[in-house]
Amino acid sequence: MTLPDDELVAALRAGDEEAFASVVREWHAGLLRVARIFTPTRAVAEEVVQETWLRVLGALDRFEGRSSLKTWVFRILVNTAKTRAQRESRSVPFSALHDPARVPEAAVDADRFLADDHPHHPGGWESPPRELPEDRLIASETRDVIERAIEALPATQRAVISLRDVEGWSSDEVRNALDLSEVNQRVLLHRARARVRQALEDYLAPANA
Amino acid sequence: MIDTEALSCQELVELITDYLEGALDERDLRAFEGHLADCDGCTEYLEQMRTTIRLVGTLTPNDLTQAAETTLLQAFRDWNRSSS
Repeated sequence: MTLPDDELVAALRAGDEEAFASVVREWHAGLLRVARIFTPTRAVAEEVVQETWLRVLGALDRFEGRSSLKTWVFRILVNTAKTRAQRESRSVPFSALHDPARVPEAAVDADRFLADDHPHHPGGWESPPRELPEDRLIASETRDVIERAIEALPATQRAVISLRDVEGWSSDEVRNALDLSEVNQRVLLHRARARVRQALEDYLAPANA
Repeated sequence: MIDTEALSCQELVELITDYLEGALDERDLRAFEGHLADCDGCTEYLEQMRTTIRLVGTLTPNDLTQAAETTLLQAFRDWNRSSS
């Protein structure tokens, strides 16, 4: 469990190794998820997380508590990851992080709905989802399908669904860590979940089978 | 703002996350729930989104490797020694 921010900062400044180890462990998964937005592989993301903690230690004496320590650490992570990406001259679509609405994307393929001018049921299901077989949901192959679907998501969607639904963060925590508006956080989450659901459906109950 | 009559299945599926996040206003919420009450396709879709969230929640969070932790703790000790 993490201490309140002021106690945590005091403990770290005082050289409390146990306090340091506990935040490093507790925030690791989240840091790694966010680092993966900007880095090509998990190995590079791990390095970025390590480098972030070194930078955090280097700057800790200057931390003024204007944001939470967690938010501050995540900002340092994002800067570290961006610097690293630039150094490797990798172009990262930063604008996509802030304006997902610029790229409209449907949760369900438009072909599965009746046309807007259908006489009885415009925009209604033409090919509705079929029930998923309950007994196969918990199979390890199904988990693999989900993991692959998440891995295949655009980087920011992957980060948002991982933080919210795997790590169990609140929407505010995700917004602060990624510097997203409330609406954009929700749009990214919606698209990510919709794509993972689609992968589940394709695997377990394909619409055209 | 959504007209109850006009909320189609295609529109409803785009509101699922807003619904689950409690972000629909009262009027949209009524339209959403009214539509669900007599639409099997959308009820199944909502159920599958809930299932998706539940299953994603069973994936294992990324744990810190022992080697990485050792490196960081060593860095912390070095930092502590140099700053005190």
